[in-house]
Amino acid sequence: MIEIQNMSKRYGRVHAVKDLSFTLEKGEILGFLGPNGAGKSTTMNIITGYIPPSAGTVKVCGFDVMENPFEVKKRIGYLPEQPPLYMDMTVREYLSYVCDLKQIKKSARKSQLDHVMELVKITDVSGRLIKNLSKGYKQRVGLAQALIGSPEVLILDEPTVGLDPKQIIEIRNLIKALGKDHSIILSSHILSEVSAVCERVVIINKGQITAIDTPENLSKGMDESLKYTVSVAGPQDSVKSILKGIFGVRKVETLSTKDNDSSDFAIESNKETDIRKPMFFELAKAGYPIMELKLNDMSLEDVFLQLTDNDVVMPNSAVSEDKSKEDETEEDKTADNIEETAEKKEVE
Amino acid sequence: MGYLSNVTSVFKKETKSYFYSPMAYIILGLFMFISSILFYFFNLSNSIGTLVWMFNQPIFALILIMFISILTMRMYAEERKNGTEVLLFTSPSKVSSLIIGKFLAAYFVFIVMTLLTLTYPLVIMIFKGKFTIQMVGGYVGLLLFGSCLIAIGLFCSALTENQIIAAILSFIIMFFLFIVGSFATMFGGAVTEILKWVSLFYRYSDQSTGIFRLNTMVYFISITVSLLVITVLVIEKRRWSQG
Repeated sequence: MIEIQNMSKRYGRVHAVKDLSFTLEKGEILGFLGPNGAGKSTTMNIITGYIPPSAGTVKVCGFDVMENPFEVKKRIGYLPEQPPLYMDMTVREYLSYVCDLKQIKKSARKSQLDHVMELVKITDVSGRLIKNLSKGYKQRVGLAQALIGSPEVLILDEPTVGLDPKQIIEIRNLIKALGKDHSIILSSHILSEVSAVCERVVIINKGQITAIDTPENLSKGMDESLKYTVSVAGPQDSVKSILKGIFGVRKVETLSTKDNDSSDFAIESNKETDIRKPMFFELAKAGYPIMELKLNDMSLEDVFLQLTDNDVVMPNSAVSEDKSKEDETEEDKTADNIEETAEKKEVE
Repeated sequence: MGYLSNVTSVFKKETKSYFYSPMAYIILGLFMFISSILFYFFNLSNSIGTLVWMFNQPIFALILIMFISILTMRMYAEERKNGTEVLLFTSPSKVSSLIIGKFLAAYFVFIVMTLLTLTYPLVIMIFKGKFTIQMVGGYVGLLLFGSCLIAIGLFCSALTENQIIAAILSFIIMFFLFIVGSFATMFGGAVTEILKWVSLFYRYSDQSTGIFRLNTMVYFISITVSLLVITVLVIEKRRWSQG
């Protein structure tokens, strides 16, 4: 549906995005992930034809954004970061104005409006002025705007910002449902959202792609050891030495000691061995009960941080070990990034 | 469906937003208040039966300038500030259709403004004055002059995302074009001719005396159209250069 090849956008000398290439398949929900200022919104603005790219090509449904902007715009619904709302209009007026702009036929308008409002659940506020709506409702009206004309491609720039948790889940489910009929690009810096909704993730940093993969693969690729947090009642030192003695444990770190004699430890173990059973019996033998035990998955959050922020020293040394095990392309890109940062520092 | 329907939908939307907000009422009310005072001083208290004389007063033109710069300041600046520009540019409609729609909406308010001043000839007729052909000429001049001013205001509004700056800028430009006619005679020769050519107000006062001149009409209309074209170009250019 969308094909982006070597797309760049320069503002003067600064590259907002550089040499971006990726594709969006039909019926796919693609997550677009990156820290603030990474170039997410710029990329989306270019795809939707709001701003032109400095170099490279963007094709939507086979039409080039530069050569056939009208054909492209007919096929895209766009929800920008700041929903483009007219505050002094009612919801229905606004959406019917959008229908006008999108050149929806008069006969199809009413059913179209009712359908879209039903979909994002704003039918009950359709007569209210947009300025009087809460942020969540405004966001939904923005989403409704993007849905009008049922475009083949939906581009949503941080669609759940400012919503309450219940609404976030609703909107996520809605996006998932929409994914059946539409191809969707969804940008976010909330990782749980991306991993919950998207089939594929593009991680972008400083205007360049650092990784493209499924959320599962991304966390799997990084995660070569298991991490636990365990809380044990007993003297810190002896508990620690017991934990260290268990087969498969790589590393034990004391996190904190609580008042009631129990201490928290962070444990890393080999992936192949389950240390939970031996840990239980060992500690039970010594008379130190386990108060709490938790297995920490390496979340997409960690992957994200690792891929996007090379300046941050990861608290787990294992993560940097894991880096060497990444596949080559990804490592190359990360290495490029490090070089880039280094260059920048030199310039400074 | 197409270009024209886009123009009408933008026109409808903009006109509604004028009349849903206090904007149109304040402008119309204040304009009527001030112009009525002028009408009283220039016509009624002097028992002058020609409205043309009032239209011809510099202070009347000044008031027009003021109100039109306020009327047009938010037209485009607001779209940029609220981020609704994105909606316009990512929908399959042309920038020019938006600008024409917006221009027509502001012009509609101006026409309402002009229609309200028809009460003055009515008052004159009540006092046994006559509705003359000069008055018609004066009104045609007023409508043409107004279209130029609105085009200037819209252009200034497209230059910035700050409404106040847009208003001040358009006021300055209009004011310059307003006073430049008075300087014109100081220089003599070609300079005078050029300044007279530039001076909107010179043309306007010429027309508002009630003389129909084809070149004056062509002048006003062509200035309006070229300003609208420049506005479209400015918006497109900004999009291309910085995004």
